[in-house]
Amino acid sequence: MRSLFLMNILLTLVWAALTGKFDYGNFIFGFILSYAVLWVITRGTDRAKYFSRVPKILVFFGFFIKELIKANIQVAYDVITPRNYMKPAIVGIPLDAETELEITLLANFITLTPGTLSMDVSDDKKTIYVHAMYVEDKEAFIQSIKNGFERKLLDILR
Amino acid sequence: MTDIWIVVLSTAGALFILLAAVGILRMPDFYMRVSVTTKAATLGVGLILVASTFAFKDFSVTSRVLAILVFILLTAPVGAHMIGRAAYFIGVSMWNKSKLDDLEDKYDKKSHKLK
Repeated sequence: MRSLFLMNILLTLVWAALTGKFDYGNFIFGFILSYAVLWVITRGTDRAKYFSRVPKILVFFGFFIKELIKANIQVAYDVITPRNYMKPAIVGIPLDAETELEITLLANFITLTPGTLSMDVSDDKKTIYVHAMYVEDKEAFIQSIKNGFERKLLDILR
Repeated sequence: MTDIWIVVLSTAGALFILLAAVGILRMPDFYMRVSVTTKAATLGVGLILVASTFAFKDFSVTSRVLAILVFILLTAPVGAHMIGRAAYFIGVSMWNKSKLDDLEDKYDKKSHKLK
């Protein structure tokens, strides 16, 4: 997994050096090219996990930016209109993420989505406490976090 | 064409920062103020930075913008998390229309450990 990624970077640098153009367009093209080359030469081995992971990371970033803009517009609407629609609450969400890296990334992404702020993680790492601005229904909110960010994040990391 | 991108991105960025400032005044309690300001400001600064890459069109500027974006995305949530947690310890109360508080009585008052 890691060696394939490093090989991909190395081939990208080789491509940029051979073509002599060090700009972002050429780096991205070189990355796609060496990704395709590695995909061809590792067929039939069990190292294929890297190749499903790279598109998933790109899809995750698209999903994250979509959520970021959508939620920012919702909060912006609440800030500029006179009526408040907020139903704030601190909710404990049971975690499926186990390692420290998974929990850290999940807490960071929760805080970056407007309206939610991760407050604390219980000592046994089983529950994360989140302050949210729009909680209509506790179970529905927990499910939206678990099926949205957590499932997609664990899909990439495992 | 690039001028249009610069105008759109930097205006949107400035608007989000303005909304964060208005949010500080209008939000009813501390936790929602932290929520609104960190996120809207992060998105606003990000958009203005991206606009600057279109304006300069320079490899080193673009690289620096990417680095700044990564560090903002890493540090802003951690800062908001620490401020919110510290406020909860010293007993900053939530808005009276708040629905529920799962953290209530879960902290040890002296050691700040979660029960």
